[in-house]
Amino acid sequence: MTHWIIAPVILPALLAPIIAFVMRHDIGLARAASFAGTITLLAISVGLTVMAASGETYVYELGNWPAPFGIVLVLDRLAAVMLLLTALLALVVLLHATSTGWDARGRHFHALFQFQLMGVMGAFLTGDAFNLFVFFEVLLIASYGLMIHSGGRVRMKAGLQYVVMNLAGSTLFLFALGTVYAATGTLNIADLAEKVRALPVEDAALVRVAAVLLMMVFAIKAALFPVQFWLPATYSNAPAPVAALFAIMTKVGAYAIIRVHTMVFGPDVAVTDGLTATWLMPAAVVTLAVGAVGVLGARRLMPLLSFAVVGSMGTMMIAVAAFTPYAMTSALYYLVHSTFSAAALFLLADLVVSRRKGGDLLRPEPPTVQNGLFAALFFAGAIGMAGMPPLSGFLGKLMILDAMKTTPEMVTAWVAILVGSLVTIVGFARAGSILFWKATAMTPEASDAEGQEQAGEAATRPAGEAATRPAGEAATRPAGEAATRPAGAMQVAPTVLALAILAVLAAGAGPVTGYLEAASGQLFDPTGYVAAVLGGNGEAGQ
Amino acid sequence: MELVVASAVGVLTAGGVYLILRLRAFPVILGLALLSYAVNVFLFATGRLTINAPPVLQLYGEATYSDPLPQALVLTAIVISFGMTAVLVMVALGAFLEADDDRIDLEADEDAQTAMTGLTAPTAEKEPGA
Repeated sequence: MTHWIIAPVILPALLAPIIAFVMRHDIGLARAASFAGTITLLAISVGLTVMAASGETYVYELGNWPAPFGIVLVLDRLAAVMLLLTALLALVVLLHATSTGWDARGRHFHALFQFQLMGVMGAFLTGDAFNLFVFFEVLLIASYGLMIHSGGRVRMKAGLQYVVMNLAGSTLFLFALGTVYAATGTLNIADLAEKVRALPVEDAALVRVAAVLLMMVFAIKAALFPVQFWLPATYSNAPAPVAALFAIMTKVGAYAIIRVHTMVFGPDVAVTDGLTATWLMPAAVVTLAVGAVGVLGARRLMPLLSFAVVGSMGTMMIAVAAFTPYAMTSALYYLVHSTFSAAALFLLADLVVSRRKGGDLLRPEPPTVQNGLFAALFFAGAIGMAGMPPLSGFLGKLMILDAMKTTPEMVTAWVAILVGSLVTIVGFARAGSILFWKATAMTPEASDAEGQEQAGEAATRPAGEAATRPAGEAATRPAGEAATRPAGAMQVAPTVLALAILAVLAAGAGPVTGYLEAASGQLFDPTGYVAAVLGGNGEAGQ
Repeated sequence: MELVVASAVGVLTAGGVYLILRLRAFPVILGLALLSYAVNVFLFATGRLTINAPPVLQLYGEATYSDPLPQALVLTAIVISFGMTAVLVMVALGAFLEADDDRIDLEADEDAQTAMTGLTAPTAEKEPGA
């Protein structure tokens, strides 16, 4: 049974090269393979989630090397939830990318997509800190390719920034891992959890440096203040389906903080003694503020959504920084919610933006063909993101507020979350009314003069992009017939699916939080994890 | 030897950080390469500095040995950073060919500026971190 643990890594790892080498000239074949792979991945993830529900921690020893010496993959409830989340999101994004034709606007979309999944799945499963670095690199290198998919001047420049930022981050990661190894002599997470707890307080300096360095590295991925600045430029210039997929990337950083800083450098560890929470809480509050102000001040739709992602990361990390089991449960629930609400909004934005003359500029324009439908979907996505009832964002924020009630940071957290939510709502209301409401007051003739001038501006972008794109593909921001073509059912379906998941998450909040509660229980009691990994149980890897 | 290794890491890191801050593609690539050299040397040192010692424990006695794990880590790190540098060069080249300049930073968003002035009252102009 334990062999299934490695399946989420192996499957995309095998599929991606096949797609890249065998199916590269046949987009239909590549799509079919990619769908088959992603659906299988979803099935495996469901199976693993059910398996992990037993409460046991399953360990897979690579090459059958026992734990502190070999690399292990570990499946517990938290990892299983993250796997399921990734697989589900991947399916939604893949549906959108194929139905809108995004995957055909550049090369190797599906191969890169599978490699990205491999990296993300591996990062969630691994029980070794250096292996975590390797999987980070796998998912990053695939994300570089996806980020600049279909090219274009601004996208290439933003992509370059993104690559440089993450390479610097990777270097920092290696410095952190080196420090961890120098201080403890191990990189296995379970072994670290034991060794760090056994460390005398006099030797704390190196470990504390390592803990903060690691937090810094994960904060870059999770887009926490002061290293959140790369996210808006990246997400708003990435192709929309890729931006939706990247919703899971910030969660990889958050997951790494949750995993490492509760199990290894947790609140009960003498040598780091609350160090993480001390720094994480203010960072999270400022992140939330930056996100909210960004949402309010954004002049374009895509940066607005990117800042909303930053804000949601802030909200989530406030709950993580409390380091109590209940707060962690609420953080995990909000993590799942914010992933799908961000994805839904990015996918919807793609449908809207590709039908507007001015792209994602927030300014009134004559209504698109399906103004009513888009407005309804945007409304649903926005209340999800801002945390209004009836969608799951409301429950998530409510749980976070409830969990913060008993902590000393209650006032800060409540003020930050409530004010942040209000500002976010105002920002979304402004964007929505400009995009969909004011549009109904404009007739195409009235805006013709303005439209022509805008078309000139907009033309510079597609012209640059067209050069790198295979002939016969529609431009990203078309001014011609594609702009007036209504979105088909298959193009709207992924957005609706993502919103439906939010509704299901809200309706099934009881069972979901039950599972997440057990997951955070496992996190705060690492003895089970440590025993499973280091106990050398014979069944592993057989 | 400690002094040599420590100052090598320090100098390489300082040079790397300085070059990254130049905001031009070529110096940034060199800077990242220097940083990855620095981290490789640093990783070597994390297994403690020993010379003329075998990378395995000896059967008899607690003779000194050089820790083999950091060497494996360094090897992995070298492979990854080499690959990443290659990708970075290609992306930088692509960006340079698209944009005709090699600046890393994005220019101000003119479209949004003009749209904003023609729109409503400038209620919120602050856009931190963008």
